Amino acid sequence: MTTEIEGRVWVVDDSVNTDAMYPGFAMKLSHEEAARHVFYELRPGWTEQVREGDIVVAGNNFGVGSSRPVARLLRILGVRALLANEFNSLFYRNCINYGLPALTVPGVRAAFNDGERARLDIGTGQVENLDTGAHFSVPGLPAMLTGILDAGGLIPRLSRDGYLPSGAYE
Amino acid sequence: MGMTMIDKILARAGGIERVAVGETVVVDVDLTVLIDLQFATGWIEPVKIADPDKLAIVMDHAVPAPTLQDAAGGTAARRFADRFGVTRFYDIGRHGICHQVIAENGLALPGQVLACTDSHTCAAGAYNTAARGLGIAEVLSVMCTGKTWFTIAPTIRYEFSGEKPRHVSGKDIFLHIAGTYGDATNHNLEYGGPGLASVPMNDRRTIATQGAEISADFSIFGADETCREFLATVTSEPFDPVEPDPGAEYAAVREIDLGSLVPYVARPGTVSSNAFPITEVERRTVDQCFIGSCANGQLDDLRIAAEVLRGKQVADGVRLIVTPASQGVYRDAMRLGYLGDIVDAGGVVTNSTCGACFGYHMGVVGPGEVCLTSSTRNFTGRMGSPQAEIYMASPATVAASAVAGVITDPRAVAA
Ligand code: SF4
Repeated sequence: MTTEIEGRVWVVDDSVNTDAMYPGFAMKLSHEEAARHVFYELRPGWTEQVREGDIVVAGNNFGVGSSRPVARLLRILGVRALLANEFNSLFYRNCINYGLPALTVPGVRAAFNDGERARLDIGTGQVENLDTGAHFSVPGLPAMLTGILDAGGLIPRLSRDGYLPSGAYE
Repeated sequence: MGMTMIDKILARAGGIERVAVGETVVVDVDLTVLIDLQFATGWIEPVKIADPDKLAIVMDHAVPAPTLQDAAGGTAARRFADRFGVTRFYDIGRHGICHQVIAENGLALPGQVLACTDSHTCAAGAYNTAARGLGIAEVLSVMCTGKTWFTIAPTIRYEFSGEKPRHVSGKDIFLHIAGTYGDATNHNLEYGGPGLASVPMNDRRTIATQGAEISADFSIFGADETCREFLATVTSEPFDPVEPDPGAEYAAVREIDLGSLVPYVARPGTVSSNAFPITEVERRTVDQCFIGSCANGQLDDLRIAAEVLRGKQVADGVRLIVTPASQGVYRDAMRLGYLGDIVDAGGVVTNSTCGACFGYHMGVVGPGEVCLTSSTRNFTGRMGSPQAEIYMASPATVAASAVAGVITDPRAVAA
């Protein structure tokens, strides 16, 4: 599978927490319905604007908070990848485990504005702003993590390995 | 280079001699805890699991079921427990917030690895356990395969000196740390030092729990005499604690003089770099005061609240909601008379659940309201309306403030 991803960017700032992406009240809803409330306070109306293939670029400490599967909601909205200066580790694990490519790129937030196009390669760690030419090079993801992404996340993999019923998620 | 406590547990669980920062290790998980919410949304019943004896199920976040979805989740949990023979099933009646249930049933033991789909699983670090929250997909994976992986993070050590003053609690110690040092993203937190002996187990658990608030990976304490005495009351299982190596390598070692600490308050939004000595914080009028959660719904928290409230009245216009962290805490607090003191003062005691802490049920705050909470998290919108402001403080401060109607220093209303 190709590890290269290209898409339109949305930016958010530091310490965007899980309650801002998956509020408590949305936990009473299915994942599909809950996805409509991502960034409900931070960027009202965003879930109407985001399109299949978009990329979210964040600042420091992205995803601090709960274990709520925000990554699944982001995937339902069509988000293809996340870039951040720094991720909370629980949030980061959730991204990989729900099949959402995520790459830590110190300084990346300042290099992007809404609507610009990014190209990243999670295998080689190359990131580029296609509009400004800004370029970053970081370590690519280890094979253990790209393996989970290739499988579409842990749930399809568990299903493939016979632990979960066939066809669980995607 | 010497290893820290977390390094040593993860190396042991990975079956290797040593680990170093940045290395990834695949570990055997000693216990996996499933909670009600994961049965309610997106639950997939497995075909096979690794070992039902390494599993516990705790009904906590939304009990008794406030929605149809949660009710169906309960049904799924019961069916699953029955089908796979999970005997450690804490269903409604034996329930409580998972981190409290884990503690009072001796499910977290020194030197072990514990996983649960709740971000405050680091709570069990109070018992020298390498415990942390993992996502639902990963917990399913651990349940099925018995294993997961961790990348060794650098550790920050807090070295306690002096003696904890009476009106300072674990919450105040934690808020001091969070306010002073800010985020610890992708770091482990280790607590020890000569002052630790003056910090009781309930306060250690509050501190360990709240590591998640500053974005830390694991929180951990050593298994000293106080810890062993506590464990002897909840388990007869053998365990093998860890201590850091003498030459353990830390990203930072920070000394906290407990004797110099005062009650702290976090302003709305986050605790990180946003918590201050109470004397520096505005005396806001409060609408709701909440004492509860995995961090501060423990028996000692209810005792402290009862001591402040006994013979007094909650101010007009203030709602005081108190949620015991488990059915066990509820029962003990009832027998000891704490619940009577709280209710006589005009407080409301709810069933044990996460409830108000995550703005789901039983104490949701409305637009424009000010809430003072002793729970874990004060993110915008956490307890209900994003137009509500959530301040955070210790149970003593919350109880004193409920009586005064404004954010109040508990030392001014000493019991
Ligand atoms: S009490 Fe609050 S922080 Fe603790 S487990 Fe429940 S929802 Fe999470």
